[in-house]
Amino acid sequence: MISASTEVLNFPILTMLVILPVIGSIVVALLGQSRPEWMKLSALISSVTTAALSLWLLGVFKSGEAGFQFVSQHEWISQWGISWHLGVDGISLFLVVLTGILFPLVIVGIDPHHDETSYFAWMLLLQAGVMGSFLSLDLFLFFVMFEIVLVPMYFLIAGWGYDQRIYAALKFFLYTMAGSAFMLIGIIATVVLAHRDLGVVTFDLVKIAEGANFSTTAGRWLFLSFAIAFAVKVPLFPFHTWLPDAHTQAPTGGSVILAGVLLKMGTYGFLRFGVYLFPQAAMWARPAIFTLAVIGIIYGAIAATMQRDLKRLVAYSSVAHLGFIVLGTFALSTQAVTGAVMQMVNHGVSTGALFLLVGMIYERRHTREISELRGIQHVAPIFAGVFTVVMLSSVGLPGLNGFVGEFLILIGSFGPARWWTVVATVGVILAALYLLWAFQRVFHGEPDEANSSFKEITIREGLVMSVFVAIIVVSGIYPKPILDRIEPSVAALISHVEGQTK
Amino acid sequence: MNDEVATFVGPAIDWFSLSPLVVLLGGALLLLLVGSLTPQWRRGGYGLASVAIALTAIVLSVFLWRDISSSGPKLLVGGALALDQFAVLASIAICLAVVLVSLVTSDYLASENSDLPEIYALYLTAAIGGIVMVASNDLIVLFLGLETLSLSLYLLAASNRKRTESQEAGLKYFILGGFASAFFLYGVALTYGTTGSTRLVDINLALNSYITVPRNDTLLLVGVGLMLIGFGFKVSLVPFQAWTPDVYQGAPTPVTAFMASVGKVAALVALVRVFVTAFPSRADDWGPAVFVLSALTLIVGSVVAIIQVDVKRMLAYSSISHAGFILVGLEVSSHRSSPDVGDGLIAIAIYVALYAVLAVGTFSVVTVVAQNTSDGATSLDAFKGLGKRKPQLALAMTVLLLAQAGVPLTSGFVAKFGIIQAAVAVGSHELAVIAMVCAVIAAFVYLRIMVSMWSNEATTTERFEVSSFSAVSIAIAVLTTLVIGILPNLLLDLTSNLPQLASK
Repeated sequence: MISASTEVLNFPILTMLVILPVIGSIVVALLGQSRPEWMKLSALISSVTTAALSLWLLGVFKSGEAGFQFVSQHEWISQWGISWHLGVDGISLFLVVLTGILFPLVIVGIDPHHDETSYFAWMLLLQAGVMGSFLSLDLFLFFVMFEIVLVPMYFLIAGWGYDQRIYAALKFFLYTMAGSAFMLIGIIATVVLAHRDLGVVTFDLVKIAEGANFSTTAGRWLFLSFAIAFAVKVPLFPFHTWLPDAHTQAPTGGSVILAGVLLKMGTYGFLRFGVYLFPQAAMWARPAIFTLAVIGIIYGAIAATMQRDLKRLVAYSSVAHLGFIVLGTFALSTQAVTGAVMQMVNHGVSTGALFLLVGMIYERRHTREISELRGIQHVAPIFAGVFTVVMLSSVGLPGLNGFVGEFLILIGSFGPARWWTVVATVGVILAALYLLWAFQRVFHGEPDEANSSFKEITIREGLVMSVFVAIIVVSGIYPKPILDRIEPSVAALISHVEGQTK
Repeated sequence: MNDEVATFVGPAIDWFSLSPLVVLLGGALLLLLVGSLTPQWRRGGYGLASVAIALTAIVLSVFLWRDISSSGPKLLVGGALALDQFAVLASIAICLAVVLVSLVTSDYLASENSDLPEIYALYLTAAIGGIVMVASNDLIVLFLGLETLSLSLYLLAASNRKRTESQEAGLKYFILGGFASAFFLYGVALTYGTTGSTRLVDINLALNSYITVPRNDTLLLVGVGLMLIGFGFKVSLVPFQAWTPDVYQGAPTPVTAFMASVGKVAALVALVRVFVTAFPSRADDWGPAVFVLSALTLIVGSVVAIIQVDVKRMLAYSSISHAGFILVGLEVSSHRSSPDVGDGLIAIAIYVALYAVLAVGTFSVVTVVAQNTSDGATSLDAFKGLGKRKPQLALAMTVLLLAQAGVPLTSGFVAKFGIIQAAVAVGSHELAVIAMVCAVIAAFVYLRIMVSMWSNEATTTERFEVSSFSAVSIAIAVLTTLVIGILPNLLLDLTSNLPQLASK
């Protein structure tokens, strides 16, 4: 059984993780007009402090414990049974750390080129929203965070994106909002139904999951209402059509965050809210979700192979990768779910890094057309080397982080979802195909005139990329500390599911 | 004959409970009288006087609120008016809207060089009509309030004598409004015919006792239906909404703000009170009708808004879909067997109050933007590049639009959440789903305005002026939106006893 750890740390670290970026954002917005030179510095300080806090959280997190740690709970809207309730466990820990690290890297790694003040202010607000989504243990609070994330992301895409940015931003906002409209009704219905079992009106996730007993039909409807929101967010085939547009049109920083952490809100939501609240319904929906996930894997891979635009290729590869994560999540074996959680982080790191690299290519060449790029490794060998490592991590080469997650997912899913897993394995091969093929076309061969002046990686870019490469290599070679922290929480969740579905 | 006259005793009048009305009436008359006898006041003088009068009414209403909290709701003037939190909250919302609109109007009239007291006097009389409507416990009194409000609004809509659109809007509104009043009055007559009373509380009593009133539901239901049609015109429910976009577009923008806030609040609250107080016994009959009207209003309001190119028309359709949302709360009230039925009333009261502020804020921004275009146009193009020309104003508009879309941490989300929660609690899942899907469709419209403000280069680089009164009004609206959005418990704390309507 998952129970909230009663330990109360004197320092409200989780609350700070959410509040600090908000403060940073306000400071940036205020300084923007009077002291532009301090503005970027304060954005940096705020995001680096958040990163440091999240790393400190990683340090003091007790491995081997399944329950929520550092729980902080305050009354917010008492009339509706809503509280500011945050907590972290093995499932959310690394997503929180990833959110902490990714934002300063994006802020350092790539320039917005214009309207810096509002760019940084939106970025920091986005960070607060994502942090809040991963930490919320209150259904209402989660919904607020899940939904509020749309606003900064919308402005980032619409304000700093490429030609079709308005269309892409609108599509992103409306698709996700439509999904969460159903979730809001689902959340309220969950609370209303749980009221009968619990005797109190509460939006507390743990109380509802442990105490409420939904009828089979009600549970299925509720699960579906949540599942629509998460399926759009992940995105699961056939709800994925907003993703290639949003990714391609978003500014590089936006794409990195979108792929790195925003999509994970969907897969994380499936696990934390879908499976945890409605285990029976999740079991019931498994075959359909497996099928959609596997279609996503194959479809994403084939579509990626066909792309002429490098960024779109990476975007479609995301669809395929997230298919794996969803497959692992719903296999509901400890191995597969651990692998899925690990893969959420891995995908964030490697695809985030890929988007950053594609962004750097665009900065230099002002094109992302694969056919326009050639022979870059002759003129920029270090850049090519970094790209190779990141790409191989995305392919899932043993020794790098992508392999660990994918392997655990496939092993863990083989039992509960044999034939789906067999088909999914084809996706691993296809991933190697489209990425290696793209790499070949972009980096091999003789550079033509336009490509021969391709600038080598700068020190600043090198520093940012070295963080990504370090994470990729270290967690690929020695994943045990990570798995040790994820596994107990996953095991507790699986036994909760087994207890409910017997 | 003489004896009867001699023995007639008028109802006891609790003057303090009527004080907001008295203040507004006295204020309006004084403003007109003094204003016409003295030379032109200094800039903004009339507007500030109107603000002061409305603020006094708000303060008095707050005292009334505290009286109700301690001694419970009651009926006034021999059962003609009800004094309960539902009415007082709506009255406060109406007066607050008068305050905000007067500030914006002051700047607007100054820029048109026609700052005269009669507009403000009309605002105040309209507010009187509105307050009578939200508090009325008698169909005839309700009709008086309705006509007071409507006549003021007809004049206000046509008040810009320099523009033919304004004249046209006033005339259109007048004809259709008169039509609606006729429907309403006929409905009242039929209801009186079956129940023998026009007092809401007595109608309910009569309908529940089959001894005094033979059950003649055909006439009664026709009467109820006619009243619903009459209200439907006033609130602009689909299919009675056709006048709304034309009138909203043609009327001077501050007047549009006034119609969208005060007009909506008064008519919706009165509609809800009539159905919940007088006809709960026939809830199974009007519940489905309200369901259909609500769904139609939501769908048509949000879908048709998409194809508009004029911001005022967009917001007119958005106000239609908001009315549909509020009607979901009335549908909730028709589920009498559910223990959570009272949530519907709380949700409606909160929604109308928050929407009133939102609507005034949004239309105020439109007023300011229109003042800064050469021809006073309110097309989407007028908003192009506002983010560059006046970032603070664009930011304020963004907050207000996000609130209208129902994004969390704004008052709009609190309002929508309350309605959806009430609907789900009584089991109206279908209507909740329709409402939420329409909210997403409506969000598209608000996003279009935001895109225009932030992503387009300005068509002109002329200086952009925001007068101080308008700025204050917009700032108050934005602050309310954010504070209630982040700390909704401030409002929810107050409204827990709201479902107790006055009955004796």
